[in-house]
Amino acid sequence: MKKTLLFIIFCFFNFNSSIALIKVDITRGNLDPLPIAVSPLHVDIKSENLEGLKVKELGNNISEIIERNFKNTGLFNPLKKEAFVQKPDIAHIKPRFEDWRLIKAQALVTGKLLVKNGKLKVEFRLWDLTASKEITALAFTTTPSNWRRVAHIISDKIYERLTGEEGYFDTRIIYVAESGPKNQREKKLAIMDQDGANTKYLTLGNELVLTPRFNPTNQMVTYLSYFRNMPRVYLLDIETGMQEVVGNFPGMTFAPRFSPDGKKIIMSFAEDGNSDIYTMDLETRIVERITNHSSIDTSPSFSPDGKYIVFNSDRSGLQQIYVMRSDGSDVKRITFDKGIYGTPVWSPRGDLIAFTKMRKGRFYIGVMRVDGTGERLLTENFYQEAPSWSPNGRVLVFYRETKSGKKGEGFSAKLWSIDITGYNERRLNTKTDGSDPSWSSLLSK
Amino acid sequence: MTLNRNLKNIFLVIFATLILSACSTAKKSGNIDGDVYTGKATVEYLASGVPDRVFFATNKSSLTTKSRETLRKQAKYLRKNKNLNVTIEGHADERGTREYNLALGERRANAAKDYLMTYGISGKRISTISYGKEKPVNPDSSPLAWSQNRRSVTVKVN
Repeated sequence: MKKTLLFIIFCFFNFNSSIALIKVDITRGNLDPLPIAVSPLHVDIKSENLEGLKVKELGNNISEIIERNFKNTGLFNPLKKEAFVQKPDIAHIKPRFEDWRLIKAQALVTGKLLVKNGKLKVEFRLWDLTASKEITALAFTTTPSNWRRVAHIISDKIYERLTGEEGYFDTRIIYVAESGPKNQREKKLAIMDQDGANTKYLTLGNELVLTPRFNPTNQMVTYLSYFRNMPRVYLLDIETGMQEVVGNFPGMTFAPRFSPDGKKIIMSFAEDGNSDIYTMDLETRIVERITNHSSIDTSPSFSPDGKYIVFNSDRSGLQQIYVMRSDGSDVKRITFDKGIYGTPVWSPRGDLIAFTKMRKGRFYIGVMRVDGTGERLLTENFYQEAPSWSPNGRVLVFYRETKSGKKGEGFSAKLWSIDITGYNERRLNTKTDGSDPSWSSLLSK
Repeated sequence: MTLNRNLKNIFLVIFATLILSACSTAKKSGNIDGDVYTGKATVEYLASGVPDRVFFATNKSSLTTKSRETLRKQAKYLRKNKNLNVTIEGHADERGTREYNLALGERRANAAKDYLMTYGISGKRISTISYGKEKPVNPDSSPLAWSQNRRSVTVKVN
């Protein structure tokens, strides 16, 4: 994964300081998405042909990925290409703003690409059609097989320019790919681009695997495996495929996550019927016990500054959410509403905690402030849980299971996402059924 | 405080009994007492008359009178078969979060293990494993299936 990060950004056009008139507000549900025209990138006729890559179609394909990314945000309305009035190469040099405004576009993306000497050179420009000027431009060079990532990086740059927030398109999602009947599921670790492309399986399905989570640099994954029928937390290097058991615990370890600096794994260890929270330092191998209570303490998640841990515990009788300092002191219950709460995850922005709530036989994904106030339930369903944050803290991905019939027929598990505004709920594109999604950070950061 | 809690429990029991008697026909048909499964549909046997599993109420790991009876039969059987070791598998239904269910399954398996130990079975002969909600015995999404899936199962390992 690391090697694909070799992007050379060779020039940054100097228009960055100009003021855009268009702006997309992502803090509320957007019922009036910004009309944007994504012109196909012009393919330079001097481009070489490459085996396994249709260079001529690359300009179109990149623009389509950008469009799909934008459409999926719910914040943008990519306009139909049939209505486009200018050829891609000319539009890229100097768009006729009034023509683009005529088809009701407010922003325009143009670009061109060249494949030469085994390298892919891409440049793009973002035009503010209301102010009639270029507001962002960027060019970079990479290996041609990286073309999908080029599309995602362009999407991120444009999203950033128009919303003022970091994007989340050049990211991956790791999850558990599921197949087979409900009472005999085969589960494998799978990784894919955020848009569902490039699915790769990291385990073979010989043993049950659950709850994979990325480290902050996205090169390592921690997860639960039933290898040799011993449920233990594992650490996997995605690049090398090397894996190891985390710690030397005499019983089940589960619910692992990385600390925000990536140096520790926090998890639960179950002994004699009691689950408590522990950390292990990956370098020194020092294990620390964080909670010591006769109740179930699990699903721990660090605050982004590493100072606090949110977790769930049934010490009050039923599952509720608690926050404590990272040394285990100062435990405070933060959920008091009717219903039970699980899977708390701290937002990467630090401002919110996402959770699963169960009440009267229904399952909700929600967010609340870190002191438990301001609870907002975003989606209700028969069964859904395990939210994971987009790196910009604006979108949650989670999984949903359907109600099944007598023999388990009609059962499915799918990945879904929803904006924290409560809008834009949509199903993610996965090759198989999926569960336990975990969103990476931005790959090209 | 304890008195208070006891009183509360008594009221709860009375209340539960009232509810149960109010809808006893429904309960009978499903073999569910409270929400603990009492039927035999999924039960297998370690030996004749020795059921392999006990059932639990939602989110609970406490043993019912019937469960204790089953476990005493298991203990008796294990005392007779001194070379036999077992694994107790703890399970949860599909109506909870995955991670909590793993912990709950572990707690259920250990509740059964602890009871066997109080009847003289060495802890060394009993290992436990939790599968959480991963291995339902009944794949239906119904209160009956869920009650059958909230279980701990004693499995011979040799």
